[in-house]
Amino acid sequence: MNSRVVIINIVRWLLLFFVQIFLLRNLGFYNLSTPFIYVLFVLALPFGMPNLLLYLLAFGTGIAMDAFYDTLGVHATACAVLAFVRISFISVTVNRDGFDEPEPSLSAMGFKWFGLYALLCIFFHHLVVFFLEAFRLSELGYTLGRCLVSCIFTLFLVLLAQFIFYKRKSR
Amino acid sequence: MRNLWIFLSRYNAFFFLIIFLVAGIVLTVKNNAYQRSITLNSTNAVVGGAYERLNIVKRYLNLGMVNDSLARENALLKTELLALRTVDSAKDVTVKDTTLQVQYTYLPAKVIKNSFTLRNNIITINKGRLDGLQPDMAVISPGQGVIGLIRDVSDHLATVRSLLHKDTRISVAIKKNNALGSLVWGDRNFDIRKAFVTDIPNHVKMVVGDTIITSGAGEFPVGIPVGRVRKTNISTGDNFLAAEVTLFNDFSNLQYVYVIKNKYAREQKLLEQNSKTDE
Repeated sequence: MNSRVVIINIVRWLLLFFVQIFLLRNLGFYNLSTPFIYVLFVLALPFGMPNLLLYLLAFGTGIAMDAFYDTLGVHATACAVLAFVRISFISVTVNRDGFDEPEPSLSAMGFKWFGLYALLCIFFHHLVVFFLEAFRLSELGYTLGRCLVSCIFTLFLVLLAQFIFYKRKSR
Repeated sequence: MRNLWIFLSRYNAFFFLIIFLVAGIVLTVKNNAYQRSITLNSTNAVVGGAYERLNIVKRYLNLGMVNDSLARENALLKTELLALRTVDSAKDVTVKDTTLQVQYTYLPAKVIKNSFTLRNNIITINKGRLDGLQPDMAVISPGQGVIGLIRDVSDHLATVRSLLHKDTRISVAIKKNNALGSLVWGDRNFDIRKAFVTDIPNHVKMVVGDTIITSGAGEFPVGIPVGRVRKTNISTGDNFLAAEVTLFNDFSNLQYVYVIKNKYAREQKLLEQNSKTDE
């Protein structure tokens, strides 16, 4: 992993962090839909990463979010699940031997692959976040509804961000 | 062994998931009051119900002992009543109405679940938030002695952090000279009749048989008898002494306890918090 990738990821982390904390935290759709765009950081980490490092980064990002949301542990747990979904999805769909692309992005992997990848990761992440937050099964419908609506919101924002930083390549 | 390593490294993503998931959930439940209260309450609803049923049987078995203690208390109250009646009313006395100034009120509660065998013992009682209970209220036993402090409350039940718990410290004093100390169960102590008073200043004189009472600092009202000194001057290595105390109350057969509501508890807490921020 060269230093350029590291710097790009640090900048991306800071950017997403600020957007999440200072903008999206105050944004909600009738208290029903709350987007968590910071998952894009974990989604866009490079392919060839050791699993432990991936988990540590995801967990650390979650803890940092928790510190600002006052919910220590919730986002950290969700991020661990997110890392697992990411690893599983990539190991199933991408050829392990030669990664043609350095990192999963819309421009590199195509809309279909990235859309499904982001949808699955975001869905499981949000599922854990909302169920840990509610912490009971009696409001199952409401929690699931919140989860799904937030999922759509986050997915929309993630795809938007990917389109904004679309790298035109010889595809 | 080698196969185990291969197995572990092949499915490392899954094992990492388990590790981080457990860490995350532990963090969540430990640090967020809401999640903790939910886990506590759900266990209390199930476990508390079961214990309540079991308790009906146990209550009958202990009926004789409870009767005795109630009779003893009745006798005590009657003596006090008699003492009050025999006050010479012919004398010119000014009557001061103190009914509106009562600071402490007692609320009787039944013990649903008792525990005294563990390192950290929690007692469950059948009064809760709807009866006006709040965390950190003092609990004493009907005869003599202190029980502990309210830990968590649900609507109808509450848990008490017993004196037999490593986090419980109760401010006490030696009755004859009012020297302060703090009552703890003590490390590596599994005797439920025994506790320790620590942090007694070095110069304080005490002898075996001295009575220990609550000091009035903290949640407990002043002067509740706690126990009798059994062994004095245990040196702790610093500038303070410790003493071993035989407790007056027996934790193993608790049936009823009194929760003490302090009318000024909130006021006191607020005041002390304010002065703490000034420091």
